[in-house]
Amino acid sequence: MGADGHAAGAGQPDPAGSAPGQPGAGPSVSEQSAPSPPGSGPSAPGSGPAATSGAGTPDPPVPPDPAHVPAEPARPASAVPRLSLVHAAKSFGAVRAVVDGSIDLYGGEAHALVGENGAGKSTVVKMLAGVHQPDAGQLLIEGQPVVLSGPAAAQAAGIAVIYQEPTLFPDLTVAENIFMGQQPLLAARRIDRRLMRTQSAALFDRLGVQLDPGRISRGLSIADQQIVEIAKALTRETQVIVMDEPTAALSAAEVARLFDVVRALRADGAAVLFISHRLEEVFEICQRVTVMRDGSTVLASELAGLTADDLVRAMVGRDMPQRTAGERGQPGDEVLRVERLTREGVFTDISLHVRAGEIVALAGLVGSGRSEVARAIFGIDRYDAGKVIVRGKELRKASPTAAMAAGIGYVPEDRRQQGLVMDMSVQQNVALASLARLRRGGLVRSAAERAFATDWAQRLRLKYGRLTDPVSMLSGGNQQKVVLAKWLGRGPALLIVDEPTRGIDIATKADVHDLLVRLAGEGVAIFMISSELPEVLSVGDRILVMREGRLTAEYSHADASEEKIISAATGQLERAR
Amino acid sequence: MSATVDTRQETAGKPPRISSRRLTERVFRIRESGIIVVLIVFVAITVSIQPRFASQQEVQFVLANTTIFALLALGETMVIVSRNVDLSIGSVVGLSAYVSASLFGKVHGIPIVVVFLVGLGIGLAVGVANGLMVAIGRVPSLVVTLATLYIVRGLDILIVGGNEVVAQTLPNAFIQIPRAGVYGVPYLAIVIAAVIGVGAYYLRSYRSGRELYAIGSNPEAARLAGIRVGRRVFTAFAVSGAIAGVAGVLWAAQYQTVDSNAGTGYELTVIASVVVGGVAIFGGSGSAVGAAIGALLLQTINSALYVLGISPFWDQAIAGALLLAAITLDRIISLRLTAALRRRSAGVGT
Repeated sequence: MGADGHAAGAGQPDPAGSAPGQPGAGPSVSEQSAPSPPGSGPSAPGSGPAATSGAGTPDPPVPPDPAHVPAEPARPASAVPRLSLVHAAKSFGAVRAVVDGSIDLYGGEAHALVGENGAGKSTVVKMLAGVHQPDAGQLLIEGQPVVLSGPAAAQAAGIAVIYQEPTLFPDLTVAENIFMGQQPLLAARRIDRRLMRTQSAALFDRLGVQLDPGRISRGLSIADQQIVEIAKALTRETQVIVMDEPTAALSAAEVARLFDVVRALRADGAAVLFISHRLEEVFEICQRVTVMRDGSTVLASELAGLTADDLVRAMVGRDMPQRTAGERGQPGDEVLRVERLTREGVFTDISLHVRAGEIVALAGLVGSGRSEVARAIFGIDRYDAGKVIVRGKELRKASPTAAMAAGIGYVPEDRRQQGLVMDMSVQQNVALASLARLRRGGLVRSAAERAFATDWAQRLRLKYGRLTDPVSMLSGGNQQKVVLAKWLGRGPALLIVDEPTRGIDIATKADVHDLLVRLAGEGVAIFMISSELPEVLSVGDRILVMREGRLTAEYSHADASEEKIISAATGQLERAR
Repeated sequence: MSATVDTRQETAGKPPRISSRRLTERVFRIRESGIIVVLIVFVAITVSIQPRFASQQEVQFVLANTTIFALLALGETMVIVSRNVDLSIGSVVGLSAYVSASLFGKVHGIPIVVVFLVGLGIGLAVGVANGLMVAIGRVPSLVVTLATLYIVRGLDILIVGGNEVVAQTLPNAFIQIPRAGVYGVPYLAIVIAAVIGVGAYYLRSYRSGRELYAIGSNPEAARLAGIRVGRRVFTAFAVSGAIAGVAGVLWAAQYQTVDSNAGTGYELTVIASVVVGGVAIFGGSGSAVGAAIGALLLQTINSALYVLGISPFWDQAIAGALLLAAITLDRIISLRLTAALRRRSAGVGT
């Protein structure tokens, strides 16, 4: 936002409307924090953003219905990107979140960053935000290398990040939230509350929303919280605005409002980085796209000329792993039947069944309601309508005890929080769900516990020091095996596993896959939730896909492909039909 | 953008924005005036039973007691608002009171100002230690200040031994500090009131003050907003410690006889005052003025029970009941407020 007050230009057919100095619209507060980007690069420093918005984007008269703006080629006048990440890498412990991430953001463009879950998008965002520093590679502002030591440094450099979950101060007023750290001052450095309020009101007018700057921000809807975050970005000399899945929690009307704001920001010369799983939104609002896969940038291009299929292919295109399922016999009797299960606002009308010896995989994006369905089946969460039937008997609602008694085992997504008692030993954790069998006269027999744990450790090829070590000393993959052992010890008829291989190394991953297939071979019904498509495709006998709380597709093992699943998960299917 | 402005203004009218602000303001005003109402009712009842409570001597006694607690409450407010707690202040009061008062006996003719500076220095040292451990060591403040509570009290007992400072060793000018006044209102109370006013204004109207509230309201967001969380929290502890040091010197002037028990348990009284005065125990909201009024209320109750001849054991029970009432009220208000604001924002949003 180099030139305050230019915002109103976009939607105005009258060219005079884009003249600077919209009265009251421009919050020119920033004498305190006027952070010209370090080294304004080869382009003439003064002419930066203003010149870009005028000359570069050929869009002053935007058509009255902005929903059908063609993706105009908006390569801006300045050849130097506002902000670039060049061959960046970032690891957390043994996990390589980003291997080779590159992205160029130009002023005046909305730039999409897409990729599957776990492709490294969030880590890239955090590097741009100064939250993480790259292990290798560079961050360039206007072509000059910079190091962002923290969020404050990124803000000073003109980078604003709007996280998926907005980060406001619930006890403070909306106006205070917007101006925190750079409040307008009176004499003796006192905060000018009145000016803060009027400027906030002016910002909301400019964004076209009705929000009271004087109310505390507790209780604002997610959409309104995002608007406050955007207003915050507008008060600074913001050059780059990063929006991490801003539309995930918004209604259609709110998305339309957000897109108007994005267009205005773009017209104003800012670079907008837009992260979304909804490809139709990407095509609606963005001019260029960067696709990430497995921690690396695999495509950076103009959007014009690309199709949704092209993007999906770029997001997916990897070597198919070895098929492990399929050579088993026919599945047996039905173990789990779910009929029209509904929880208001979370998932709707979910019907599915799992038979003995069958692995049913549930795919979908994070937040599509998959884990919530599993939690409802196991009785952790309530549901509003529908039935869960296990081996012909209807299961009591919201009772994990009843679910366990009916023979269900549940391996949750977050094993550290929900699956293990981290301070207890390996042996105790393995035995935890089977204590009734290891007990005599109310006391757990230590010898029986040890024998039981040793047996399972061998069967699962668990790598451990001593069985009495705390389970927190094991690697992530082996911790997952302990959770599996804990449930397998009960001899379940149905095993629900949520993201069974998240964050574990490849070798152990293969162990876990083998184990699931072997269990199915022994007649256990397995219901697996996974975000990793190769896993879904290789392990699942049948594959169900959820999108926004509903089942949208079902494929047999033979029919399924990554493209089909992604399409069903992102809604491209409905577009195509 | 202008196209959007038009549509929004057509769909959503102005009224919600105004009424929503009124609502928040009204609630906050009620929050602080509520304590004042309780105070007035309590004084009125007490005076109607025992008119002696309105005498100049009693008023002076209550105000003199309140000054020390109200001053401590200012420092504690800064700490609690940032979602921390300082438990060490009672011990600091004790150590500072003994060391500063004993100086009069050891160094003849020592200026009173120097004695105050020594007290302030002792408090500042403890406050800095607390601040460093919380801000840099990332140790929860509850643990850190519980430890310094014991350490400083232990140090105090070590230094004092079986001794005590007695009134005769203190210069008259020193003893007069909490007593001199007009119409039963000590000058000191006026000075302290002014200091609290300045403190409250700082917390309300300066960036660094608001940042303390921001930190208490959402520490993670404060970090993401680029607020130097460590520095602010450190400062709050340093100020709280320094204030406790000064309060210790005032304690010596007020009570004149100082042994190793001085200030024991003050931290809990001060925290109770702060919470009764409307400062949220988990940070983010409340004012230093409210905290001072909370201190006044608790000390008034204390004296009133004495005047009425009710067993002082009731004092603590009543303080506890008030605390519960304050917390319950806070909870009810915040639930009501959240629900009301949510309804309003839903009305605006659709």
